[in-house]
Amino acid sequence: MKIILSNQSEKPIYLQIKEQLEEQILSGEIPENTVLPSIRKMASDLLVSVITTTRAYKELETDGFITTVPGKGCIVLPPDNKILREQYLRRMEEGFMQATGAAKKMQMPLEEAKEIFETVWNM
Amino acid sequence: MEMSIKTTSGASGVDLSDMEACAEMRFVMEDSNYYKEETPILEVKNLSKQYKGFLLDKVSFTLPRGYIMGYVGPNGAGKSTTLGLITQTRHAMEGEVLLDGRSYADDPILYKEKIGYVSSVSYFPPMMKVKDAAAILKQFYPTFSKEKFYRFVREWNLPENKKLSTFSTGMMVKLMFAAVLARETRLLILDEATNGLDVLFREEILNLLQRYIEDGEHSVLFATHIIDDLEQIADYIVMVEDGRVLMQDTKEALTENYILVKGDESLLAREEIAKYLLGVRRSAYGFSALIQSDDAAALPAGTVMEKPGISQIMSYLMKGHDKMEMV
Repeated sequence: MKIILSNQSEKPIYLQIKEQLEEQILSGEIPENTVLPSIRKMASDLLVSVITTTRAYKELETDGFITTVPGKGCIVLPPDNKILREQYLRRMEEGFMQATGAAKKMQMPLEEAKEIFETVWNM
Repeated sequence: MEMSIKTTSGASGVDLSDMEACAEMRFVMEDSNYYKEETPILEVKNLSKQYKGFLLDKVSFTLPRGYIMGYVGPNGAGKSTTLGLITQTRHAMEGEVLLDGRSYADDPILYKEKIGYVSSVSYFPPMMKVKDAAAILKQFYPTFSKEKFYRFVREWNLPENKKLSTFSTGMMVKLMFAAVLARETRLLILDEATNGLDVLFREEILNLLQRYIEDGEHSVLFATHIIDDLEQIADYIVMVEDGRVLMQDTKEALTENYILVKGDESLLAREEIAKYLLGVRRSAYGFSALIQSDDAAALPAGTVMEKPGISQIMSYLMKGHDKMEMV
């Protein structure tokens, strides 16, 4: 598990923590059932406030990446979770929006775009 | 207690039926009500004190247990007065202080035992040596542990055979930290304690404070006019100016509620924008000001906006911002 925080970033610290954990959970770098460090331990390790890490964990829980089990702590959920699927869908959408924007700028017909998608898919 | 956590469905491997959030999560879910669950470590209610030419005016704030609070303001704002009233070295004209739910009068010894106070000024007689200080501390405080005390003394290389009068500022502050950390305190009260310390030791102190609160039972009230030190680790910020509380909130909320705006004079001339600007500062080339995040929509596209730090928020909101030390 790695978390790198930047004070220069426009992104609030809690969001930086949340997104980096999310990234690593989605990629499998942090496998399911991993017990994350406690909120207070992580605050102390990262030298940020407890409220900051609390918020990051809370949002990870709301988004379905982790859950809290009494006596065990915060546990990483398996990525086949329904909410995780939505996360993936959102990412796909974002990617397609970008690709579509670029395609339209050069007035590429839909057929050609589909071909590119197929090529990428089969790579 | 009501829980408002959204449970995730369809997860395997964990039993969600008796799911319960971490204590910390419950806190935040309950939002502003979250310290109802347990007694806060410190409650300050309508604290007032009059001196010639100075009035501390009905200061109130609450520090939940397990958190770090920055008590910030310029020199002369009333920070030390407030701390003196909390530690009972001064007497309030009116108002109330509850430590762990109890007043000083309820049990003076327990009250003093729970507080560890460190300032930048030594309270040890200068002719003493480290071992004399230890002997005195042991007499005053039942929970003082010589073993813990000497562990810090050695870790920080404090000279054991020299008189305290020969100690540097940094060494004295270290000694005072060793003295309070060797006791079973619940609340550390720091009065500009890290002033005059080098960067390395200041960082060490921040780390120490975080380890101190890590179990959720210990808390820190940190008064300073140099906010930089505190910005990273503070959970709550109380800003004081001229004996009054100017603003209090979580650090997260504070830094998210305000945006620093920069632009040229033409923006200032527009009434629908100017009415939202706070603490406007003009220069020959333009202006800068704070704006509440909710009002930022009024700004035209392309306006320069930045995320302000606590010291910036403070200096724009205060009347006498020239007094603030800008770091």
